[in-house]
Amino acid sequence: MTRSATAEDTRDTREEADQDAGQSFRNDLVKLLPHLRAFARGLCGQAERADDLVQEAVLRAWTSRNSYKPGTNFKAWVFTITRNNFLNELRRYRRETQLDDGVAETMLVTAADQEDSLHMSDLQRALDRLPPERREALLLIGASGFTYEEAAQVCGVAVGTMKSRVARGRAQLSLLLSESASPGE
Amino acid sequence: MSSGRDPQGMPGKAGKPGSGKQGWADGLRKLYDGVVSEPLPDSFEDLLKRLDKEGND
Repeated sequence: MTRSATAEDTRDTREEADQDAGQSFRNDLVKLLPHLRAFARGLCGQAERADDLVQEAVLRAWTSRNSYKPGTNFKAWVFTITRNNFLNELRRYRRETQLDDGVAETMLVTAADQEDSLHMSDLQRALDRLPPERREALLLIGASGFTYEEAAQVCGVAVGTMKSRVARGRAQLSLLLSESASPGE
Repeated sequence: MSSGRDPQGMPGKAGKPGSGKQGWADGLRKLYDGVVSEPLPDSFEDLLKRLDKEGND
């Protein structure tokens, strides 16, 4: 009896610990939602689509929560899932439309531009015209508050590659903005 | 959080969005923070309910 009661106690304790871990994970995930929405909006340029991407990514993070290693960078882990979700959608769009990468990307963001054209700033439009890897680099480093090391981890590239993408993205964005500031030229 | 920052990498407070050069950094941050400060849309309700329910299971 004692042995059985002890086993039951252990199981109860474990279940309670699992429940606490689940709630803690859930709370951390919910806290990140505004940042994930902002990151996704920057990536795809269209509010509703960005929110769909975030919801899919959050569900994916939730169902994969056992693969998260406690003590590692939670924000980077969830951003990685969101970023991969966006890229998967982009690949799917390319397959479906059978367009070259650059053309598919342009079509996708152009469609978004038309839907949101009244609400979109010059900056968002310029951001949409960057290659996705530069766009995500600028968003992660310039807005989301990641270090170069963390951003490199999110995108699965070397730190040097991340620095290079930020530098090129910055230069291209500045050029696009100066063009839009002087349309007559 | 600043260990990986390139001090030359991110421009500071200069210009305005659309003015080219460095204004984009402030603009990008404003664009991002603007979305961060939005209330969560109703479309997220089902997701939150699901997380609440499964988080307590």
